[in-house]
Amino acid sequence: MSAPLLEVSDLCVSYGKIEALSNASLRVGEGQIVTVIGPNGAGKTTLLSAIMGVLPSRGRIRFHGHDQQSPAIQDMVARGMSLVPEKRALFATMSVEDNLRLGGFRFHSRSRREQDAAMEGLYALFPRLKERRGQMAATLSGGERQMLALARALMGGPKLLMLDEPSLGLAPLIVREVFRIIAELRRKGVSILLIEQNAWAALRVADYAYVLELGRIAMEGPASELAHDPRVVAAYLGMAGKHQEMLAS
Amino acid sequence: MNFQIVMLLGQDGLTNGAIYALLALSILLVFTVTRILLIPQGEFVAFAALTMAAMQGGTPVRLGWLLLALAAAAMVMDIHATWRRDGRPAVRRGSVLGVGYAAALTVLTTLVPLGDAGVAVQALVTMALIVPLGLALYRVFYQPIAAAHPLVLLIVSIAVHVVLVGVGLLMFGPEGARTEPFSDGGLRLGMVMLNSQTLWVVAVSLGLILGLYLFFERSLYGKALRAAAVNRLGAELVGISPELAGKASFALAALIGSLSGILIAPITTIYYDSGFIISLKGFVGAIIGGLASYPVAALGALLIGQAESFSTFWASSYKEVIVFTLILPVLVWRSLSHHGAEDEE
Ligand SMILES: Nc1ncnc2c1ncn2[C@@H]1O[C@H](COP(=O)(O)OP(=O)(O)OP(=O)(O)O)[C@@H](O)[C@H]1O
Ligand SMILES: [Mg+2]
Repeated sequence: MSAPLLEVSDLCVSYGKIEALSNASLRVGEGQIVTVIGPNGAGKTTLLSAIMGVLPSRGRIRFHGHDQQSPAIQDMVARGMSLVPEKRALFATMSVEDNLRLGGFRFHSRSRREQDAAMEGLYALFPRLKERRGQMAATLSGGERQMLALARALMGGPKLLMLDEPSLGLAPLIVREVFRIIAELRRKGVSILLIEQNAWAALRVADYAYVLELGRIAMEGPASELAHDPRVVAAYLGMAGKHQEMLAS
Repeated sequence: MNFQIVMLLGQDGLTNGAIYALLALSILLVFTVTRILLIPQGEFVAFAALTMAAMQGGTPVRLGWLLLALAAAAMVMDIHATWRRDGRPAVRRGSVLGVGYAAALTVLTTLVPLGDAGVAVQALVTMALIVPLGLALYRVFYQPIAAAHPLVLLIVSIAVHVVLVGVGLLMFGPEGARTEPFSDGGLRLGMVMLNSQTLWVVAVSLGLILGLYLFFERSLYGKALRAAAVNRLGAELVGISPELAGKASFALAALIGSLSGILIAPITTIYYDSGFIISLKGFVGAIIGGLASYPVAALGALLIGQAESFSTFWASSYKEVIVFTLILPVLVWRSLSHHGAEDEE
């Protein structure tokens, strides 16, 4: 088997004296969707930030053949890693179109025509954004902003796309749309590392899954297996809750 | 006070106000991109004016040496940085180019007399010295502490300003200097005689503002610089390097500052330490714009120019006091109408 696209070993991150991530190890294979689920405050956002180089870390991060400790964001972007951060970090006072163009900034030496072609490709995936292309990002609805964050990350032509709760605060119909897009991206060969509160949807779309608790990887396995693991079902899929409700009534 | 005097004062105010407006824009640009209050902005102005004067007066042009020293320091720092990162020292091509450029320009300005070369050539050489100076200042003094608290950045800014003023005294001496006007004569509009230098100042300022507008609104690099100001993390995530953005904003500030110095030199006698008070007026303009709005900052600066000009007439010894007291009502009004909450982050 060839080496995975991303291999993280014994990653540790501390905020001051508090260790938010302890010896976390994970892999994302070429063309795979891997998900990390876990309760609030488990360290999921911390994990993605450290892999991207937003936060300093200890431990090894091997991405696309390069082995690094506490990488720099720029290097990761240049090698094809893209992060949709929890806070989205859009360019609020700039138009949708400018946000997208800047998403492709690492290809700034490309011709205008190539940039336009990339943008048209994305508008095909997100017709809603095309309608709103001239609007300021700050005035978009919550859902549209999520779309824009995702689309901007895609403009960078990533090999690995890391998504921090892409369905946060979205209506169920739009959540379905987001997961449809995630599946479509995989078909196009993009590998994805996905963090989700919506564990049920995440486990359905993913190939492999990790459970993060209190900064440690507590469980891992193929997503379809974890989805039936009684501990995961009890803690994250809410069946136990429903079961008890039924007993109570 | 008759119409003639009003027009004369108004013209003076407009000339100075246009320069303050340029400086206000520059201070704003640097602040939004890097959170640095560019106190040394004024040194770009004074150094440019005095370098022009030195060329025209046939005295030695020493600014190249400062640039060379900073470029060498930048090279050492780059080598040190790669050493710490990769475990072995390496020389970047960029830093070699920087030192080579500074050396070539130093040789050129010391050996070739530029007294008769014409204002255009002198202005180009001056800008060729000062724009990279801005870049080097960022690399040497600010880039290593880019993530520091704004207060630390401010303190460093003040220190850099003080050091540069001292170096200015060494390079240019204590005497003031004035340069020749770009052209003679003027333009008669009805009863009013427009001074040719006023026309130059207004035309170049407008041209520069238009150029900046096109750069920031139309080009990808201009947008990238704006993006770095709007959301630092977002900019980094799309591959806009904060170091490059910082250097670019400093280079632009140095460009604006040197142009202002070249424009103002025929109107006002400039000393090695005159830059500060000039850029302070641009700074007041930027404050009026809330360190956020470009058009309001520019308008504020124009207003400062007028206030200064008319107070020279009425109470000339209180000129500076009046101008800087103007900032108080603005600050009171701003703090009263301030909504407090900024957006996310
Ligand atoms: N800048 C910080 N300083 C100190 N502690 C922090 C900081 N950022 C996060 N933490 C702490 O680190 C832990 C992990 O935070 P993190 O944001 O990674 O959690 P998460 O798994 O993403 O949670 P959620 O599901 O709520 O987004 C939390 O206990 C949080 O309070
Ligand atoms: Mg989180």
